[in-house]
Amino acid sequence: MRHSVRIAVGPVQFRIGSDWAGPVAALDRLYAGYPRDDARPADATVRLFAARPWRRWLRPSVHIGGDFIVPGALPLPLSMGLLAAEMAMNLQVALGWRRHLLLHASAVARDDRALIMSGESGSGKSTLAALLGEGDWRLMGDEFTLIDPAGGDAFAFPRAVSLKNEAIAEVAARVDAARLGPLLAGTPKGDIRHLIPRADAIAAMHAPARPALLLFPRFGRAAGIESMGEGEAFVRLTEASTNYVALGEAGFAALTRLVRETPAFGITYPDSAAGIALVEELWAEAAR
Amino acid sequence: MADRAYRAAPADALRIEPLGELTAIFDRRSMQTHLVVSPLPEILDAMGADACTPARVAERLAATFDLGGAGEAQPILAERLGELAAMGLVERA
Repeated sequence: MRHSVRIAVGPVQFRIGSDWAGPVAALDRLYAGYPRDDARPADATVRLFAARPWRRWLRPSVHIGGDFIVPGALPLPLSMGLLAAEMAMNLQVALGWRRHLLLHASAVARDDRALIMSGESGSGKSTLAALLGEGDWRLMGDEFTLIDPAGGDAFAFPRAVSLKNEAIAEVAARVDAARLGPLLAGTPKGDIRHLIPRADAIAAMHAPARPALLLFPRFGRAAGIESMGEGEAFVRLTEASTNYVALGEAGFAALTRLVRETPAFGITYPDSAAGIALVEELWAEAAR
Repeated sequence: MADRAYRAAPADALRIEPLGELTAIFDRRSMQTHLVVSPLPEILDAMGADACTPARVAERLAATFDLGGAGEAQPILAERLGELAAMGLVERA
């Protein structure tokens, strides 16, 4: 490929190749503060390519490729090349990673103990993690949390946070503009703007954290807390894991251990401030 | 049907983990996870390695649990054994 970059996010070394300079330059900027080791072999390969050679110039659109592809995935216009790169990176990890149990969940840590938040798109797990990560928590990731099958520890995947729609203004008001990527307006997921995690979160990205609290947030309702049994947490997390089936018994063992050792709650909240208050309240009990 | 005998999967084929009200069972042969509720884990446990008819299972469960009238439990156990067979956790002996 004409343009390429290597990026390490948590334990995953990506090699990203692109037919265009733009997406690679945007990634270079977002991931400038991440450790670089160009000699390390890639765990996941991402390719952004033009459908046909001339499409590189005329109404360019980005196709996503790599070790895994999703047939029929729509090409994105080149202006959304950064989003295409992010989607492709997520896809390679979701489908290809086998060293950890992969949960589609955000996570933050305090005192080497992890709060893991799992939920559908729109649950607010990403925004809550981003906001907590601006306080006295270490952001571990807004999209994926990795669980070590052997020891049970959580490991970070602190990619650039994908802020969506209302969350953009909410977070932008609190951080230095230099930590924000370009506004990607009108994508299939709405408006998107990336937030570069704090330098301390990136520096600590290989540090494990013991899971201490599991939350299943839902945004948009009155504040509420509901205790969740081990069985329900197990079912929800099998659904939230992209590689549970592929890991076989190791995944089963990791997940049963996680739900047994970690208290779980469903929370509903009307706004971020209420969500953070619930998190702190539950953490105060769980971390005792 | 009601007196059909079944044998549980060999003990080393299953990994059984109680999770509160649910029990998660990992079948090493099919790599499938089954989530079951009471009384299925108790039935598997009571069967051990033996070929068991519903009557035999009822007899064994009655030693630990109050099954009510002696004959009432058998048709229910026959149904539950059929469900376990459909999941591949027991097979016809």
